[in-house]
Amino acid sequence: MFDNPALIKAIFGRLTIESLPLHEPIVVGTFAVVALGGVALLGAVTYFRLWSYLWREWFTTVDHKRIGIMYMILGIVMLLRGFADAVMMRLQQAIAFNGSEGYLNAHHYDQIFTAHGVIMIFFVAMPLVTGLMNYVVPLQIGARDVSFPFLNNFSFWMTVGGAVLVMMSLFIGEFARTGWLAYPPLSNLGYSPDVGVDYYIWALQVAGVGTTLSGINLICTIVKLRAPGMTMMKMPVFTWTSLCTNILIVASFPVLTVVLALLALDRYVGTNFFTNDFGGNPMMYVNLIWIWGHPEVYILVLPAFGIFSEVTSTFSGKRLFGYTSMVYATVVITILSYLVWLHHFFTMGSGASVNSFFGITTMIISIPTGAKMFNWLFTMYRGRIRYELPMMWTIAFMLTFVIGGMTGVLLAVPPADFVLHNSLFLVAHFHNVIIGGVLFGLFAGIGYWFPKAFGFRLDPFWGKLSFWFWVSGFYLAFMPLYVLGLMGVTRRLRVFDDPSLQIWFVIAGIGAFLILLGIMSMLVQFAVSILRREELRDVTGDPWNARTLEWATSSPPPDYNFAFTPVVYDNDAWWDMKRRGYSRPLTGFKPIHMPSNTGTGVILAGLSTAMAFGLIWYIWWLAALSFVALLAVAIGHTFNYHRDYDIPADDVVRVEDARTRLLAAGARS
Amino acid sequence: MKIDSHALQPEAGGHDAHDSAVHDSAAHGSLSSYLIGFGLSVVLTAIPFWLVMSGALGSKQLTALVVMLFAAVQIVVHMIYFLHMNTRSENGWTMMALIFTIIMVVIALTGSLWVMHNLTVNMMPVHDMSGMR
Amino acid sequence: MTVAVVPSQDSEPIFHVIDEHAHPEGASTMLGFWVYLMSDCLIFAILFATFGVLSGNYAAGPAPRDLFDLPLVALNTSMLLLSSITYGFAMLTMERSRIGATQAWLAITGLFGLAFIGIELSEFAHMIHEGATPQRSAFLSSFFTLVGTHGLHVTFGLVWLVTLMVQVWRYGLIEANRRRLMCLSMFWHFLDVVWIGVFTFVYLLGMLR
Repeated sequence: MFDNPALIKAIFGRLTIESLPLHEPIVVGTFAVVALGGVALLGAVTYFRLWSYLWREWFTTVDHKRIGIMYMILGIVMLLRGFADAVMMRLQQAIAFNGSEGYLNAHHYDQIFTAHGVIMIFFVAMPLVTGLMNYVVPLQIGARDVSFPFLNNFSFWMTVGGAVLVMMSLFIGEFARTGWLAYPPLSNLGYSPDVGVDYYIWALQVAGVGTTLSGINLICTIVKLRAPGMTMMKMPVFTWTSLCTNILIVASFPVLTVVLALLALDRYVGTNFFTNDFGGNPMMYVNLIWIWGHPEVYILVLPAFGIFSEVTSTFSGKRLFGYTSMVYATVVITILSYLVWLHHFFTMGSGASVNSFFGITTMIISIPTGAKMFNWLFTMYRGRIRYELPMMWTIAFMLTFVIGGMTGVLLAVPPADFVLHNSLFLVAHFHNVIIGGVLFGLFAGIGYWFPKAFGFRLDPFWGKLSFWFWVSGFYLAFMPLYVLGLMGVTRRLRVFDDPSLQIWFVIAGIGAFLILLGIMSMLVQFAVSILRREELRDVTGDPWNARTLEWATSSPPPDYNFAFTPVVYDNDAWWDMKRRGYSRPLTGFKPIHMPSNTGTGVILAGLSTAMAFGLIWYIWWLAALSFVALLAVAIGHTFNYHRDYDIPADDVVRVEDARTRLLAAGARS
Repeated sequence: MKIDSHALQPEAGGHDAHDSAVHDSAAHGSLSSYLIGFGLSVVLTAIPFWLVMSGALGSKQLTALVVMLFAAVQIVVHMIYFLHMNTRSENGWTMMALIFTIIMVVIALTGSLWVMHNLTVNMMPVHDMSGMR
Repeated sequence: MTVAVVPSQDSEPIFHVIDEHAHPEGASTMLGFWVYLMSDCLIFAILFATFGVLSGNYAAGPAPRDLFDLPLVALNTSMLLLSSITYGFAMLTMERSRIGATQAWLAITGLFGLAFIGIELSEFAHMIHEGATPQRSAFLSSFFTLVGTHGLHVTFGLVWLVTLMVQVWRYGLIEANRRRLMCLSMFWHFLDVVWIGVFTFVYLLGMLR
């Protein structure tokens, strides 16, 4: 049976034993470590009999809080993978001088820089941002869950499916060698005949479905489920930025879906959208993918702006300065982010009219962003600032992001861009804004909301250590790249001829090492905090003396978030409640209507991932089978009309009484 | 400290959830509105087809312009009579979403056409491919 | 502690909704589905943009004039238009809770939809038979993708229609089913709007090139 090649091809498609990268010692070593770690983890879960608990309480949950936490875990796990890629690149570039080839061959190196970009944007930044929005937004608006809880679970698992595909490519086959946006004609079948680009396409398609749906979900949540009294102009700024981010998601991810689908058609069917022959136009791909790509960076940074707004006003003990201007700046950025995409490819050869239009719109974006910066500064002005960790991240952001913003304006000038395009200056610029803006914001958000999610604070010592490693490491790693970029060094190079450049790469490598220490300190911080959780415990539910509604409930919040839906009179609803002598209701609890858990999301996402795997490896029966199953499960799910249950009033009473006792004990001690 | 949510009408906005979506958003048309919409659509479809098939206007550019105008009108007719668009449903959010989408569509469409046309003019020498047949 | 200005006339601030009514199930569904349609609208917009950019690139292959059969397109358009009005009738009968009539109109809608798909497929088959395949030129790639994506949407709508007919048959015109029928109604009419763009920009303007 196995000597029939046609049959084997029908069963396994392109998948052969040679597809396993056994000839790459680095990959084999990584695989061994990952496999051992994975086996240890699975073994531990089995040993402690956690499978049924995990399945019932976490995998199938429709609770926005748990889904939010799972997004965060996914993002942090993928950060380790993405950062490992970064360290490998830094090491390669630091040693590949004077005739040395370094330790990575071109085939492997090209995959690494592609995977690094894809993972950091799609599977680190996006899950972390989505996770925070998922966790915080319903609490901030006084809702019990999102509008479509099942869809939320499904979206999360689709994101996981995409991440699984990317991880799989490390050990089965290869990843794309094209750079993180997979420009054709390089990504066309003729130049990338292997599975790498197919992994790229389908991982992003699977994850993209999840992202789009979660965007729709959160828009509806914010529009429909706000507490009574919370008008649009009384929403917390983080909710505002989340709304704008999700609008951007819904308005831009379809573009990515289409452009990747067209690339897939070129590769699978032989159409001629982005080919060099038969009238195809590769620049159309570049044009389309940046129509998605530019809004994408604002999708990432807007929630970070929201986090900084919350953190600044909380830790300055003041109402946010210029709330209205903050909201309008956010909306203006939302619209403008759609009008600048061409600045990513000024050099493609459009005329002066096109380039100057997009150069000017790009420069205009810095105006609302600058307004935000001043709002934060004026919020701090004459405030009683507490330098807790989230506030430290915020100040580091302000300093760092301004530098990134200014180099951005520099790049917005087309003639300057002609010189700097695709140089390390650009690489330094976007790391400057994404690390200094998005990542610092996420870390501020994690430190800020962690006590809400788990009921205890993060350990400040290890947090501060991580902070200083990260910040100093960032500057050390990326300032040299600005210098190198100005000297004309282009990005994605594997070996260098000019020995005078080496010192800068060595400095950058040291910076990356410091960031590594920062990440490790952060992991230690989590571990230490869990061990010392009793000392760090917060029973009040409001450890920072904060201002918005999420702090009105317990930490962690009960399943139903609020026993009674709050009524809002002010932007800083919780501050207003505290100031006016709010007292927590102790009686009169009623049953609460909540959505039930369901495993359908896991199954649908699993089938989608299987279908993607079949398509990647040309295993057509698997793809067809999974597609049919996908359709059947989806239709079957619509026949289930009983999707909710009531939390009995007795349970609510029990939970609320426990909180009353805790609060009383906390007040006494 | 507490009162009924119906007695309390804090301010407009917020908590839209109480108005039932079913009776609010999809204000169905009546038979006559469907028939009016259908009649208009038939006319607005038939005329452009006839214009193109007969070449009645002579000038291609003029025909193209008129045909696009008919399409725009017909889209509006469909929006009003079949999709029941109005400024009231969901407190105006559907209309807001539609306007925002139209802006995005216009930006993406005209932007792409402009950018790519500009590129072609700048970078591509004009070939006459017909001789290669 | 000082008491700030209270927005409501009440001197005693009220911070909770006590007599809460559970959110009506599916209160966000119509808005959510509308937002989904808007994202779908952008999918079509990008396909239109691609067609707009590539539609002149025949690569010495067939041009619209050599391929398109306007009377057939007119017939196809009428199928879709008729299915729209019959879906409207289904909604009107649903309003009056007449299950039998609703089901009948839905079935008729489905038949018109099926006819539309059939005509489109035969048009595609004819073109491919003549050598005008999606691989032949960028123009044909973008033509088949744009029109085909619309066709796939209609096909998906048909699967959905049949599913809903089964659900109405089994559970009656309950609130959830009415909501679903209204979502499909929006979907169906939305596809009709997209088709206006298709026949105008692809077929009619194509013939004018």
